[in-house]
This record gives sequence, C-alpha cells and structure tokens, in this order.
Amino acid sequence: MLREGKIRIPSGCAVSGIINRKGQVFSGIDIVDSIANMRERSNGLGGGFAAYGIYPEYRDCYAMHIFYDDIKAKEDTDYYINRNFEVNLSERIPVRKVKVIENQPIIWRYFLSPIPRRIEDVGGDEDEFMAQFVMQINAMIEGAFVASSGKNMGAFKGVGYPEDIGEFYRLDEYKAYLWTAHGRFPTNTPGWWGGAHPFTLLDWSVVHNGEISSYDTNRRFVEMYDYKCTLQTDTEVIIYLFDLLLRKIGLSLEEAVSVVAAPFWEDLDDLGPLKSRQLRNLRILYASALLNGPFSIILASGNGLMALNDRIKLRPLVAAEKDECLYVASEEAAIRAVAKDLDRVWAPRGGEAVVGLLEGKSDLLSASSSGRKIAGKCSGS
Amino acid sequence: MAISLKLPEFLVVRDKERCIECQVCVNQCANEAHIWDQDLEQVVSNDVACVNCHRCVVYCPTRALRIEEWKQDFKKNANWDGISIKQTYLQAESGGTLLIGMGNDKAYPIYWDHLLLNASQVTNPSIDPLREPIELRTYLGRKPDLLKNPSAFREELPPQLQLEVPVMFSAMSFGSVSLNTHRSLAAAASELGIYWNAGEGGLHEDLFSYSPKTIVQVASGRFGINASMLKRAGGIEIKIGQGAKPGIGGHLPGEKVEEDVSRTRRIPYGSDAISPAPHHDIYSIEDLRQLIYSLKEATAYERVVGVKVAAVHNIAAIASGIARAGADIIVLDGFRGGTGAAPLRIRDNVGLPAEFALAAVDQRLREEGIRNEVSLVIAGGIRNSADIIKAIALGADAIYIGTAALIALGCHMCQKCYTGKCNWGIATQQPDLVRRVNPKIGRERLVNLVRSWEHEMKEMLGGMGINAIESLRGNRLMLRGVGLNAKELEILGIKAAGE
Amino acid sequence: MKKVVAIKEYCVACGLCEVYCATVHSRYPDSVLKAFKLSPQKPVSRVFLEKSEQWSGGIQCRHCKDAPCIAACITGAMYRNRDGIVLLDEERCVQCSTCVIACPYGLIKESDMGGRKVLLKCDLCYQLAESPTCVTYCPNEALIWVEEGETL
Repeated sequence: MLREGKIRIPSGCAVSGIINRKGQVFSGIDIVDSIANMRERSNGLGGGFAAYGIYPEYRDCYAMHIFYDDIKAKEDTDYYINRNFEVNLSERIPVRKVKVIENQPIIWRYFLSPIPRRIEDVGGDEDEFMAQFVMQINAMIEGAFVASSGKNMGAFKGVGYPEDIGEFYRLDEYKAYLWTAHGRFPTNTPGWWGGAHPFTLLDWSVVHNGEISSYDTNRRFVEMYDYKCTLQTDTEVIIYLFDLLLRKIGLSLEEAVSVVAAPFWEDLDDLGPLKSRQLRNLRILYASALLNGPFSIILASGNGLMALNDRIKLRPLVAAEKDECLYVASEEAAIRAVAKDLDRVWAPRGGEAVVGLLEGKSDLLSASSSGRKIAGKCSGS
Repeated sequence: MAISLKLPEFLVVRDKERCIECQVCVNQCANEAHIWDQDLEQVVSNDVACVNCHRCVVYCPTRALRIEEWKQDFKKNANWDGISIKQTYLQAESGGTLLIGMGNDKAYPIYWDHLLLNASQVTNPSIDPLREPIELRTYLGRKPDLLKNPSAFREELPPQLQLEVPVMFSAMSFGSVSLNTHRSLAAAASELGIYWNAGEGGLHEDLFSYSPKTIVQVASGRFGINASMLKRAGGIEIKIGQGAKPGIGGHLPGEKVEEDVSRTRRIPYGSDAISPAPHHDIYSIEDLRQLIYSLKEATAYERVVGVKVAAVHNIAAIASGIARAGADIIVLDGFRGGTGAAPLRIRDNVGLPAEFALAAVDQRLREEGIRNEVSLVIAGGIRNSADIIKAIALGADAIYIGTAALIALGCHMCQKCYTGKCNWGIATQQPDLVRRVNPKIGRERLVNLVRSWEHEMKEMLGGMGINAIESLRGNRLMLRGVGLNAKELEILGIKAAGE
Repeated sequence: MKKVVAIKEYCVACGLCEVYCATVHSRYPDSVLKAFKLSPQKPVSRVFLEKSEQWSGGIQCRHCKDAPCIAACITGAMYRNRDGIVLLDEERCVQCSTCVIACPYGLIKESDMGGRKVLLKCDLCYQLAESPTCVTYCPNEALIWVEEGETL
C-alpha cells in the first residue's frame, strides 16, 4: 500500500487559531484545549500545531523542524544542511512519553543561518533559496521531511489526536503570540507524521479543513512557478499558492483572497467600475489559482493570521474577539472552551477573510520575507 | 463505352404498402435518386444516385422509405475488403483523387471514450446546479506574465474573447456552407454569448450586425479579408492548417462561387477559389510572428489573434513556437476534424487525435511556464458535453464544434459536402437547396444544443464539487483512463481507473 | 384577420402542405396513410405548391376583403363567416364555376369526386383549434399564420 505523500488522501478536520494582536505570548494550553473540544472532528490519525514567537533567542535563525525515518536520512540531510548553512544549534526536539503516541520518527530541530555565498549561487533571493532548499529535501531525501523552517516559529505535528500530540511535544512549555491547531480525520488507515497539519513554507503555515476539488489545476499552476508538490495534499498546494501570490508576485492579502475565493461573475457588476474591473481581471489572470471545493483554512505568518472559507461556504468557520485576542475555529464551542465573555462572535461569509494582524503590521508578509536580503547572524547563539 | 464497374452504395427501400405517390421524396432529392415515372405513374428509385442523406426518409409523410447499405459481398479477403476494391474501380475509371467531406470516419481509437470523470462522494459535497451557481464563463486571449507584470490586473488587459459557455462554432466558410448556415451560426452565437468563426472567405454584408461575435479567418488564400473586415470582426484567426487535411490547401470549385460568394470573397464570379497549401508569406515561425503582429497592428492591438494548426506529430514544439510568436490563442485541430472537401487518403491517414495533441501541448506549455499566457482551444471530433468536460480537464480553455453544429442544423453525415448538392441546404450554394435551412429554426436548434450541453456540463462540474469551469482546466486528476496502455496514460497525463 | 403567408425564402418545395391539406379534408383527417390508401377518390389539396426556377411557395385562397368570388357566386353559396373567412357552402353550390373564373389568383379549383364535379378552396381549417394544417406541418416554417399586415 502506498504511504500517504505518494498518494492523495482526502480528509475532514477541525481547525483552530488564536492570536494575541498585541504580541503578548501565552502557553500552548489554550490552543490544545480548544482543538481538544472538537475531538469528534478528528479520528486520531493526525494532529498538529503551529506556534509563532516561540524562539525569541533564535529569532533571526531559520528554525528547521525535521522528521527522519532513520539515521541514514538524517545523515544525508545533515550533509546538505552543513553545505548550505551555519548550524547554530542542532538538537532532538524534547518530547514527553505519551502512551497513545507511537511510531514516532526521529524529530530534530536546527537553528540555521544560510551561508551568503550559497544564496548568491542561486540568484541572491534568500526566501527563494530557503523555499527551494526545503522542497528539495522533501523531494529528494527518502525518509526526511521538513515540518517547518521559518523564523521564530515551529510546527509540531504527528499521528494521534491533537491533544495527545500537544502533550507529546510539551506545548504547555512553549509560549507564542499566535497558535494554530489542527485535528485530522483522514480517510486512509495508517497515518503519516508528515501528512499531519500544519503545512509550512518559510514563515507560512496552513491548517486546513476540506478538500480542494481544483487540486490538480492549482498544482499544475504553481508548478509552473518552481514549486514542487511532493506530498499530494491539498494543503501543500494551498500554502504554495499563497506564497506565490503574496511573496513572489506581491499581491496584497485582499487581492490574494479575491483570487483564491473569487467573487462570482454576476456579483462583480455591483462593485463599481474600478473595483469590478480589477476583480474581473484578477479572476481572468489567476483563473487557475481559484480554490474550488469545500474548505476552511487558517493561514498564518509571523505577522498574524487569516482565516478563510471557500466562496460558497461548504465548511464551518467561526470567528470571535475578546480584547486583543482574535479566535477562529471550526466550531464556536472550541472558542468558548478557552475564552469566556467574548466581545463579538460571528460566522464569516464564504470567501470573506478574517484577518488578525499584530499591532503595527499591515499585511501577513513577515519582514524577513520581503524581497532580497542577505541573512545576518543569529542573535541568540 | 466501357462498362462502369461502379455499384450503388445504397439501396432505397420503398414500402409500397405505405407509399402514397405524393412525390415529396422526388421534390427533395437533389441527387435524383427518386424519379416520378410518368408511364408507371409511380415513384421509382435510382439507387446509384443515393448518398444516404436521409432527406427523403425524414420528409416521407408515411414513413415509406428507408435506406440500406447495398449489400454485395466480395470474396472474403482480410486485406482487400469491398471498400478498397470499390475505391480502386473508382480511381481506375476517373483517374482522379478520391474526394470526401466531413471528418475521418475510420475506426481509430476515440480517446474521449476511454476517459472517465470523477464525482464527489462523502468527503466533498457535490453541488446541485439548480441550487447553486456554477460558472462556465471563459476568457480567451493573451494574459501577461504574472511574475513580470504583477500589477497587470490594475490596467486594461489585452483583448479577450468572453464566452458564456466554453464552446465556439468552428471555421466554416461562406462558400463551403450556405449563407443561411452562416446566418444560423451567427445568430446562435450572438444569442449564446459565444463566438462563431466565419472561416476563410469573409463575412457576408447581411451578417455585419453579428460581427462583434464573429471570428474572421486569415488563411492562405486571404479571401474576404481587408483592414476594415479585420477591424469589424470580434476576433481574428490565422489558419495554418486543418485537422481533416493537414498540409493541404483548399479548393472551392467555381460552381460554388455564385454572386454573393464572389462578392464576399472578393474574387471573380465563377472562378475557382484556391487556398494554397502553405501561406506563401509564412515559410517559418518568424514569418508567422510577422503576420500575427501585422494583424495586431492593423487592428490597433484591440483584437485577439489566434492561430489554428492541424494536430501533427511534433505539435508540442509547434504550439510552443506559436505561443512565443505572439499568438493569443492556439487552436489545435485533431484528425477527426471536419471539412467540406478533402482528399480521402489525407483525411484518413494524416494527423493526430485531438486528445493527444491537447495533452502534449498543455503539458509542454506548462513545462515552459507559459501556459497561463496563452489560451488553448481544441477542435476536431467533439461530439457532446462530456467530450468538452474531458477536454477541459485535459487542459483546454475552450473547444470548437463544427460537425456537431451542422448536425444540429440537419446534417446527416453523408460526407458528400464536396458535391455542392447538400440536400439539407448546408454545404451548397444552389438557391433551391439553400432555402432548406431556415435561419430562425437553425438558430433555435443551435441554441438548444449548446444550452442543453451547458446544463449537462454544470451537472458534471457540480458532481465533481467544482463551481467554476476554470477549476477544471488542466485538472487531470478528475480523469481516469480505461483500456489504455501505460504509454497512452503517460501522454494523456492521467491515472488508470482504479489507481 | 390572420392569414397564411408563404415565405418563399424558406420554402423547400416538398409539397407536404398539399399532402396534409388533402388529408385533413379527407374522410381520414388523422392519417395520411388512410386518407390516401382508403379514400375512394384520391384526396385533393386546397393549397397549391407553386414552383419556378427562382422561388416556390404553398399558396391558397387569400380570403380577400373585397372577394370577387362572393360577388360572382350565382347562388350565394360563397360567403364570408364571422371571422372573415371566405367559405363555400357545398349544399348551395351548383358547380357553375363562376367563382373559378372570378378568382384573380386562380385559387379555387375544380375537382372530380368520382364523376361528380366539386369546387374546392381553402377554408383556413376553421374547424380546427390550432393553426391551419399546412402551417402546422410545413417542415421549414415557410408557411406562417399571421395577422394581416404583420411584418415578419
């Protein structure tokens, strides 16, 4: 039987996300409780979290979380890492023994600074260098999978219910200003650690509930722009699509949303000539980037999060605010489980993005992800 | 005179119990297969003249007529079958090239029939087109490079053809088909919000009101084309080749060049209209580029310029060259594509299936990163809405129908278009026959056909959980192959059923 | 008043108008086959397919406003009904054929019904609820039933 990653597996899910817009950090307890509240929506075959702000002491390093099936995969990967990076720290990610979590891979993390000459070798764009490096490891090294590689962030995921995964990774000991979580209900039997959400690229992470009917259209579109879809999952395509639209092409978040959840043609006429022309043109130019089919997603970066439904809202998504915190989740109960006396609760319409940014940030692109930059040294090492 | 070895192809079966000698069949048969015999006072058949077009069968008010194959067995021979023997007799008698109309009818595989579509079950809801909007609108034309022109969407885009359904009526010239056929196609396209292609031979002045929805063709004979015609048209297509006869030009016999045709084509009355095999100003790809840009210059860059080629063996590289030469639309015409007249041996033996050409070209343009910049239209053998959906899933933006549109108008596929005696009034200029297409009925039938396909396409899309046609474009995971070998699956870029 | 108009541009000269007219005025109005196979005399049409090199069309009584046939009729058999349709009362007709001579279009015809002369003309199928039979069965909509003066 083909392992997930070699074959495309549909799955249902729960998602949750919390951001403190003032940037104050809080432990992983809330996000674990929130996602645990939606245990019905997962089946124990995948759970995971993305956390932003967890590595302040290495904030300028790329924090690379990697799963290895065996020591050979690690040795092969280490060889490439050493050729391309200065390694500031390399260690096993500390985990707690949890009875129901089994068959875990070797879970490693590195804090890395790219060697400037290597970036110059591939044209001088650091983000592109990082993105290509990660995609190459995933595509070329059998048994190695990069779970995350952004700065001051990390993905913690695996096979199990999300609350057990949270316990396993000791998330109560991490402090972040932005957490997203995912509980998975895949339709295959043996779960694969790499197949759990979130998926990440650079600082981006995505957790996703749904199935993208336009998958192959979207995949073949992003592959024209040097992305390698190696995992056969919808979520991988979603993250590449946003990276392409926001980072490589430089659309605003609002424009990118109107690409992936494009308005219906007949609704365009009501928006006034200028707005209508731009949206029409976006839809014409980016036809292959429309995400079709049921989804609710939470896209996050170091600057904040954006939650979005497909344009006819075929999957649930609820948002809520309390003070400086913004909550998004598949179900209202998952928000109320961790936040009392909410200021506002609403169900965003299909295609209507819920955006929560850190104070002072105007979009999701991190400072580190904007244009060509040569890496500085890590401050924490 | 030496005896002719030619035997009838068809037998007119007349049920005497039902025949009322009304002579409707006599009135309708331009080939004189039915004759009123004064002496016998009854209708008699001249089977050798029958082309099996069914005009008499449909018109007979008592259903007294049926046409059968004329059965005359030859001694069994797996190599020399009856058809091959008869064709040899024919050429021995005439000394001429065998001519034929319509598309390749040989039993080559029809790959559409080896493709199966997906549908949603459980993990993804199917969408009901009666409850939710499902969008088929499609824009054909050049799209700027997204990376190089990230803010292109803020400006006016290059010209685009807006199609409410990803279907167009493919090029059939006035001359090869009747003016009433053109009237029907033009009116239907305008009503449907799609485009029709007037073929090489210009646009009759009666149809100028439909010109915004008309694509005019610039082919090797340049008939009917001048600057004002280019500006008047909604779109322009350079025709390099045609699926039914790749590498072969066209020949409209002088008999078909009556007054209207001669005026529209701008050629003398009664003269043969010869379209050379190549454009004599296009002997290479850089020449094509010059023509594309000449046409764009002539229309102030306000018109879409497409290039139509026959699907031939090296089609992926050719298409890539066409895209780079500046074409806004590439039209691939598969070997099933129809024609008013083609040499039989060419029609039956040259070219590629549209399915393969499409798959190869779409993949190549993606590998070169330019697929998003140019539109891909396929033609040649599309029979129904499922073929269209499969074509779009393989990677087409839109499709052309020619034969299907003519069948909607009454064509019965007798393949005798080249005789100019089309009993259905389609491929003829004979005034009494031209009257047989009533454009009002023709328009209705074409609109009905496309609207019914539109609904079927929406149902298939909804079943796949897709509510916009662009999300199916190139979505090959929605296809599975049955009865295909590994190489065919690889070229089509699809998985086998069950995978 | 609605009249039948022939559109010569789309007439295919098939003659089905005659076949169906003859049928509907026969003893077996619902079956072409029976009308032609069982009727003692061959059924006769009151619409006439006119053909020339240039054009063709099914034509029939124009139901003139100022109908010469009514004026000419010696017995008063030719009359106009309340709807304006010019009809021939066969009971009162003495087959004098004056109307045939009077009709400027030649659209009243004599017919031999088993040795008995009858005069036949279009009655616009006034007994039927729908359009006249020739219009209903014209395969190319080249006969249309429209209000007088209505442009196409």
